[in-house]
Amino acid sequence: MKCREVVELMTDYLEGALSPQDRERFEQHIAGCDGCRAYLQQLRLTLRAMRSFEATPIPERVQKELVQAFRSWRLTGSP
Amino acid sequence: MVESSSPELEALKRGDEATFVDLIQRYHGPMLRLAMAYVRDHHIAEDVVQESWLTAIKSLHRFEGRSSLKTWIFGIVINLARARRRKESRLLTFTALLRRDDPDRPERTVDPSRFTAAGDWRAIPHQWENIPESTLLGREAMQRVQAAIEKLPPKHREVIVLRDVAELDAGPVSELLGISAENQRVRLHRARASVRKALEDYLG
Repeated sequence: MKCREVVELMTDYLEGALSPQDRERFEQHIAGCDGCRAYLQQLRLTLRAMRSFEATPIPERVQKELVQAFRSWRLTGSP
Repeated sequence: MVESSSPELEALKRGDEATFVDLIQRYHGPMLRLAMAYVRDHHIAEDVVQESWLTAIKSLHRFEGRSSLKTWIFGIVINLARARRRKESRLLTFTALLRRDDPDRPERTVDPSRFTAAGDWRAIPHQWENIPESTLLGREAMQRVQAAIEKLPPKHREVIVLRDVAELDAGPVSELLGISAENQRVRLHRARASVRKALEDYLG
């Protein structure tokens, strides 16, 4: 496996979608290749960044209206 | 699949308000980002999220828990946001019409000039491990990530937002979008590679 191909398998690897043989070849390559290891780490950190987007809080007005709708559904069966 | 009600769903159906408030608070951020993958305007996206909850309340008695509650609600967001986008639309731009790119075709996601003719790295990518977290997850980096996601083709954008921002699993996402597991991975791979590239342009 060449670095050029390995980088295209990284999502399949992270998703657990490689066949056992490909997985083994992938891991062997990664173990001996600083470049691909760095690239994989960059991808992992990219995922981490996307998962740490600050969550926009729900506006108070919207929350009030939704809770109102929820209560009215509980009472009457429609929001 | 067997009907499997979660405790959360049971509580909702019973009319438990604390559960409802917890859900609308917890999912607001990711639902908003998902809506914004379709409609760019923040206010319209807020509307879509609110409308999604109203639709969910109305349909709660019909929801049997065949998917997780989260998947179900995010599916409602997708449907309403798509409908909203059609309504707002915007004629197709020429660039969109001319875009020949097939979102499901695997493509080289790393600039070919970074490899030798034999396919090895010419210069290896930088280690990001020693970059302080305040830079890696700092305002500038997050803005780059956000901008990169916004620039993606819509079919890549929806997958990456569902998988990596809203953190849904691969199976539910393929199902929600009506695409094969393989196409889901191809789109995800191409999308992640673009976002990584944007971060690399910033971090080096």
